[in-house]
Amino acid sequence: MGVIIERATGSVQIVEHSTSSKLHHVEGLGDLSHASIVFSRDERYAYVFGRDGGLTKLDILNGAVAKRIVQGGNSIGGAISQDGDLVAVSNYEPGGVRIFDASSLELIADLPAIGTNNIRSKVIGLVDAPGDRFVFSLYEADEIWIVDLTDREHPETIKFTEVGRQPYDALITPDGRYYIAGLFGENGMALLDLWHPERGVRRILDQYGRGKEKMPVYKMPHLEGWAVAGDTAFVPAIGHHEVVVVDLRSWGQVSRIPVHGQPVFVMARPDGRHVWVNFAFPDNDVIQVLDTESKKIIRTLKPGKAVLHMEFTPRGEKVWVSVRDEDQVQIYDTHNFEKVTTLPAEKPSGIFFTNRAHKIGL
Amino acid sequence: MNRNLLLLGLCLSTVHGVLAAEPSVARQAELKHLLLHDCGSCHGMTLNGGLGPALTPDVLENKPAEYLFQVISNGLPNTPMPPWEGILDEAEMRWIAGELKDGLD
Repeated sequence: MGVIIERATGSVQIVEHSTSSKLHHVEGLGDLSHASIVFSRDERYAYVFGRDGGLTKLDILNGAVAKRIVQGGNSIGGAISQDGDLVAVSNYEPGGVRIFDASSLELIADLPAIGTNNIRSKVIGLVDAPGDRFVFSLYEADEIWIVDLTDREHPETIKFTEVGRQPYDALITPDGRYYIAGLFGENGMALLDLWHPERGVRRILDQYGRGKEKMPVYKMPHLEGWAVAGDTAFVPAIGHHEVVVVDLRSWGQVSRIPVHGQPVFVMARPDGRHVWVNFAFPDNDVIQVLDTESKKIIRTLKPGKAVLHMEFTPRGEKVWVSVRDEDQVQIYDTHNFEKVTTLPAEKPSGIFFTNRAHKIGL
Repeated sequence: MNRNLLLLGLCLSTVHGVLAAEPSVARQAELKHLLLHDCGSCHGMTLNGGLGPALTPDVLENKPAEYLFQVISNGLPNTPMPPWEGILDEAEMRWIAGELKDGLD
């Protein structure tokens, strides 16, 4: 099962990927530009985070809104706790994180993101981490915070300051150990080892970034879904028309693969053999597929204007691609790259399959 | 002579700037789409802000259209706002600046 965001109409489609069909169409979810979703552990409920601060608990089984609140003014994403009991939302306005009971959507904790520089900051890169923790970054304050909710009444926050200028997005590795924030304001990335928070944040990948000339960026790359294949990870470069290959043992750069445009999502097929890449405006009509062994582009596809997102089926035999300006979701066979089916959708953006429920950080 | 050519070029580009025709109706629709969906990836699809600031007329009240045009054209240093010169032409950027001041429907 899965949910497709229809960003312009505040609606979603509930779909299944065995025969690739739409099951339900649900409306009334508010402003879904830049919306994202996490799932309850039983995959029944989708928590939809809207741009307008809306938090909607969607019942996938019944195709209906189970509960909906507007918890902030301007939001960017969310996460669900390891035990599935808590849902956290990261807000731009008012800058901070709010944590809710996953069942009732009642407020459990409110964490205004006021940095040591006394600036109330937009929050980005919110993820769940093992041990009832959430981790997130403060864009204007250059900080990373870990909040531990072992004691629900008294959340404990650990703050890391001066992690690097303007963290713009972050990810947690699939094993839940490393939290890595991309920096807009300087080169490199900030790495936090969650097994050893006492060691602090360290800088990795000094070559990673916009470079000396500060290349302009037409859409912020998404780091979520960092493509890991073996001991290497494939990461979207920022500003450059490249995918960066990173050695996960040394956290150094192995190589850079020239690609068609500024990458936005770099997603590994679940078996890790291929990586699919989409691009920022004005190159957003193209997808390229890289072979992770040869590190070469093996296929260039042209699905149409404004390819926004790609989601692999759980075992990766197909990939669903949202093509916003064509009002289509296109489904491709990942072995022969043939388009299998096209589903109509109104300005589709994010596609989220429910197997994400069982993955740390998604 | 090269200098004269350069001066002539400058004059022409200035004249072009002043006389720059409004984008065609079809192009205006494309630009509006770009504004809401692509600029909207940072400024919000309703232009009420995101990683970038809100761009609604009330917020922009004290910012002249010329300033907005300059920001669109050159970008803003030390922020994620990129320069659009080379992707959009001057008339298109001025039209967008005007739309932002007036507010979209």
